[in-house]
Amino acid sequence: MLKIKDLHASVEDKEILKGINLEVKAGEVHAIMGPNGSGKSTLASVIAGNENFEVTQGSIELSGEDLEEVSPEERAHKGVFLSFQYPVEIPGVSVTNFMKTAINESRKAKGLEDMPAKDMLKLIREKSELLEIDRKFLSRSLNEGFSGGEKKRNEIFQMAMLEPKVAILDETDSGLDIDALRIVASGVNKLKSKDNAVILITHYQRLLEYIVPDYVHVLHNGKIVKSGGKELALELEEKGYDWLKQETAV
Amino acid sequence: MAYTEEELKKELETKEYEYGFYTDIESETFPNGLNEEIVIAISKKKGEPEWMTLWRLEAFKYWKEMEEPEWANVHYQKPDFQAISYYSAPKKADPNKTLDDVDPELLEMYKKLGISVDEQKKLQNVAVDIVMDSVSVATTFKKTLAEKGIIFCSISEAIKDHPELVKKYIGSVVPKKDNFYAALNSAVFSDGSFCYIPKGVRCPMELSTYFRINQAGTGQFERTLVIADEESYVSYLEGCTAPSRDENQLHAAVVELIALDGAEIKYSTVQNWFPGGKDGKGGVFNFVTKRAMVEKNAKVSWTQVETGSAVTWKYPSCILKGDNSIGEFYSIAVTNNYQQADTGTKMVHIGKNTKSTIISKGISAGKSQNSYRGLVQVNSRAEGARNFSQCDSLLMGNECGAHTFPYIEAKNKSAMIEHEATTSKIGEDQIFYCNQRGIDTEKAIALIVNGFSKEVLNKLPMEFAVEAQKLLEISLEGSVG
Repeated sequence: MLKIKDLHASVEDKEILKGINLEVKAGEVHAIMGPNGSGKSTLASVIAGNENFEVTQGSIELSGEDLEEVSPEERAHKGVFLSFQYPVEIPGVSVTNFMKTAINESRKAKGLEDMPAKDMLKLIREKSELLEIDRKFLSRSLNEGFSGGEKKRNEIFQMAMLEPKVAILDETDSGLDIDALRIVASGVNKLKSKDNAVILITHYQRLLEYIVPDYVHVLHNGKIVKSGGKELALELEEKGYDWLKQETAV
Repeated sequence: MAYTEEELKKELETKEYEYGFYTDIESETFPNGLNEEIVIAISKKKGEPEWMTLWRLEAFKYWKEMEEPEWANVHYQKPDFQAISYYSAPKKADPNKTLDDVDPELLEMYKKLGISVDEQKKLQNVAVDIVMDSVSVATTFKKTLAEKGIIFCSISEAIKDHPELVKKYIGSVVPKKDNFYAALNSAVFSDGSFCYIPKGVRCPMELSTYFRINQAGTGQFERTLVIADEESYVSYLEGCTAPSRDENQLHAAVVELIALDGAEIKYSTVQNWFPGGKDGKGGVFNFVTKRAMVEKNAKVSWTQVETGSAVTWKYPSCILKGDNSIGEFYSIAVTNNYQQADTGTKMVHIGKNTKSTIISKGISAGKSQNSYRGLVQVNSRAEGARNFSQCDSLLMGNECGAHTFPYIEAKNKSAMIEHEATTSKIGEDQIFYCNQRGIDTEKAIALIVNGFSKEVLNKLPMEFAVEAQKLLEISLEGSVG
């Protein structure tokens, strides 16, 4: 579904990604771990098409299509979703209004009419229950005055609404207390299917206890230095990243 | 698409003024220039009584001795007042005509503007008094209104048919010599709307006037007078568009509102005069004096959405004369390219327990300059006066400016005055966030701007709010945000 080949990307002439290879198939969950500054968030941004980063080499394909010339909004229409590590505030725009706009823009791109209000309401009700979101929350301005946990829960709510093919969750676990983590994880698990894929970016093994990955990759210095099954995460937790840094240096 | 300064700039440049067409209607125009003969000729042309002619002449006398104000934060080539024609009337206008008789070309023009008079008549329950190039060409719903004793007509008709009301109130809120432009308007005003709501009557529909500058090189000087008698209510809408022309056009209107004891007036404006080209050429100069006299227990709300004009100089104000009177000012001012706006309000607290609220939202893009200028004045006898002001500015790009000039004069110790101000910038991260959710950059800007303006948009009557939102989009995306 998502195929990344020899991806190099830089920001202001500084190379951050130095040859990433990654293939994610439908129905799979991949976890990307790694120390601070290893390029995890950059990878997420580049997949989403953030043009602050320049792709200097390599390619990203979604369902066989090269994304190089595809704008961020078109990538979204094609099913790429990024749960932001730091979701931005948009004052005066309610969560509902924002979602309505997002869904209808995607439909417009596909030549569909706006979603009827009745269907939209039903969808919102269904998905907000999934993430145990209070109705009042939906009328608040997007992310304005939200707690860290509320922001992350709102990101996953948006994921539920948009039903992406590939969802990248960038440190969705940071800032969540244990109850919120459980709710968010269970939401993601319910959204998982054989037709979509999830990429989890995280520092900690904790999230992976709730969302069990099929593969774990360790990113270090802009490259995937080790890949394995879910047990790799446990090993990392135990030994820390220094072990890997030493191993890869050899 | 990432959202860099360069791209934003490019995007903002692409919006051309979409109402820039010109309809060829035969019109009668006075020669350029202003002197006593022209003032007399205007008055005569309109068949005015002598007292009105004298009133105009007196205003002209004051005007000659006045100088154009220079304190506003705007810079422009001053108009040559002798190079302007002060009267232009569509020749075919006849006050006795019904809407069906209106020149089809005129109606076509309204259609282009998205204002079908017919549609408004049938669907929107809005009575429209259209002022185009100075003469009122169609007035609808007059009968329904007349049954309630409401007078809604052109100011010219009111001068003839209701001289006692006009004589009593015209110039009572904005005196002839109030300021340079008000004096000019008093001397040469061509037409405008007049509205009187009798005691205790709640006007059953929104009253509306559309203004439009059509004829090349003609100034437009409307005069609006709204009188809400005791315990009455009226909501008045004013919309403006102007076709594009290269020369700057002058627009100097005067609006006077009188809210007698316990009355309420809501006055909403959507102003979309031609802002000038992206190179800063042309555009309308909008120098407007709007003021309300608010008597005991009365309330006046000004709501304005300003997206047009090359230069705007406008301060809808309230004189809170009566005890417990309330004044409100809600404003959205958008400037793009080389537009300059210096706008705000004056709240003058005279009566006891008077309250005022000011919410101003300024949006600047391109190389434009957007200033809020507001005065809150509490007089010594205004016990318990209360004011809340909030001025928010939103910047797009690095070449525009937002300025806030709040003046506060409190002469009574019991006054409570609050002022809040914020400045923010549309961030690349906000745009990218929207992009990532499938919303393109243009739509994202519209969404963010609408969110920013929401408190004010919510104050507009429903159908007007939709139009205002569209205007904001046109002004900022592709050339409206």
